[in-house]
Amino acid sequence: MLGKTITDPVLLKQEADAIRISIIQSLAEAGSGHLGGSLDLADIFALLYFSVLNHDPDHPSWDERDRLILSIGHVAPVLYATLAHAGYFKVEELLTLRKLGSRLQGHPGRDHKLPGIEFSTGSLGQGLSASIGLAIAAKMDKKEYKTFCILGDGELQEGSVWEAAMAASHYRLDNLIAIVDRNGLQIDGQTENIMQLEPLPEKWKSFNWHVLECDGHDHSQMLKTFKKIHSNTGKPAVIIAHTIMGKGVPSIEGDFHWHGKAPTKEQAEKFIKEITG
Amino acid sequence: MKEKFFNREDRATKIGFGEGLLATGERNPKVVAIGADITSSVGVNLFAERFPNRFISLGIAEQNCTGVAAGLALVGKIPVFSTYGVFATLRNADMIRVSICYNNLHVIIGGAHAGVSVGPDGATHQALEDIAVMRVMPNMTVLSPCDATQTRLMTIAAIEQVRGPVYIRFGREPMPDFTSENLPIEIGKAQIFHEGSDISIISTGHMTWEALQAANMLDQLGIHPRVINLHTIKPIDEETIIRAAMETGLILTAEEHQITGGLGGAVAEIVSRNCPVRIEMIGMRDHFGESGKPRELMEKYGLTASAIKQGALNLLKTKPK
Repeated sequence: MLGKTITDPVLLKQEADAIRISIIQSLAEAGSGHLGGSLDLADIFALLYFSVLNHDPDHPSWDERDRLILSIGHVAPVLYATLAHAGYFKVEELLTLRKLGSRLQGHPGRDHKLPGIEFSTGSLGQGLSASIGLAIAAKMDKKEYKTFCILGDGELQEGSVWEAAMAASHYRLDNLIAIVDRNGLQIDGQTENIMQLEPLPEKWKSFNWHVLECDGHDHSQMLKTFKKIHSNTGKPAVIIAHTIMGKGVPSIEGDFHWHGKAPTKEQAEKFIKEITG
Repeated sequence: MKEKFFNREDRATKIGFGEGLLATGERNPKVVAIGADITSSVGVNLFAERFPNRFISLGIAEQNCTGVAAGLALVGKIPVFSTYGVFATLRNADMIRVSICYNNLHVIIGGAHAGVSVGPDGATHQALEDIAVMRVMPNMTVLSPCDATQTRLMTIAAIEQVRGPVYIRFGREPMPDFTSENLPIEIGKAQIFHEGSDISIISTGHMTWEALQAANMLDQLGIHPRVINLHTIKPIDEETIIRAAMETGLILTAEEHQITGGLGGAVAEIVSRNCPVRIEMIGMRDHFGESGKPRELMEKYGLTASAIKQGALNLLKTKPK
């Protein structure tokens, strides 16, 4: 029971770029939304949905599927675009993003019944706790599914994340994988100026997590990183994925002004050309 | 209702919660309990001892407790999370709003230490705003049973009958346990505990016993109040409240909670829209509690049968002849 599986980094990059183009198109159509983080997560999402996750787009509620909780709800466009490209729904629906009556809410809303949405998020610092609930339930019921939780780095300033981090290692949840989008930026600027997160790997290590780091845009490196995660280690794993906000569109890469902005139609055309070359 | 109520013995409503949780645990393996350290003082210890594998201790971390409960419910568990009402509803209010209510998950939140009857712990530990905050959350059911027996029955109903988020509040101190095991309860359906048509006293939680005592005093004065036990704050029983307004013309509410946004506010919303009549409210009036013996505090803040009686008499003076 799997969607299509891709392990070739070249093909994964192609999927990621297709996802990026959809993100830009949907945000331009919506006229609002969060472009920067959505773009920088495209490589990670392509890898997850086309290579890592055990899932079936034709059966979104398949009991044994791996679960993905998007704790950083404002990058919903990357989740939506990835789900559409993976076959959960038609790519055309992406153009309804943020519009009245759409299943594609500004932040993921489970009640709106978009296939593939596991959990409503948008208020930061809540997804890791829900992921722990899923992981504990899997242990209780001896289920094999894994739970993946996508966190923003600025989001780690929420204290509730650390309550959750403590609980995950206390319960030895080696079926839980957190991925931190470490782009170093948040709305007001650099994370380290707004509220210092470093030494970040040490923080997670001291909470007794298995800590891995990788380049969040390098698919061959990420594939190797995911292979290093083994179950039965007795520890939850966190991958600190170093990314560049706006990745894929060179003219906006690393610019925090694009955290919470949508491109105009003209900018969208230009950005897409930057991707397609 | 013909039934005469008498106090069998004083029992804390939290015991009813613990017994109800245990009873459903025996019947349904999906029921799991989440503890935030103070399990024995909120009645969860019975379940934890009986089903250690279905008890999840998460420490003093209410925000995480709430989110973990949501995750468990996503895959079909029925999580019951309980701590003091102040911490169960306010510390984690945004987690309840988004992770539980917006996701519309069947999670039961038990709020212990409701009201000033908590006593010597003082203001920080006396839940007086929980009803107000919980009842504005979309999808949430809000329960406030009147004694230990009813708390047990409503805990079971909350776990087995509701299909969404539930908040149930209960107290710390032994209080009169007066309802019968056989008295039927239905979530969303108020109970008329004393028939009368001169005035309606709508009460919830511990105040229902006080209201019944007040009704006996008023009966002796030849005034016959209707006493309505509103054990479900949401969904509220509009029909019974509107009928009370129409048939008695006066309403007095009684709660161990802020009147603003609490039972008083909820009743006023219904009455003012449907059948405006004079309403007065017994409860906390925009201030915090304090330390003291439970009974001393109930007296100080006017949460007693005699205060209800006096409130009713005052209201009756305004009734057009």
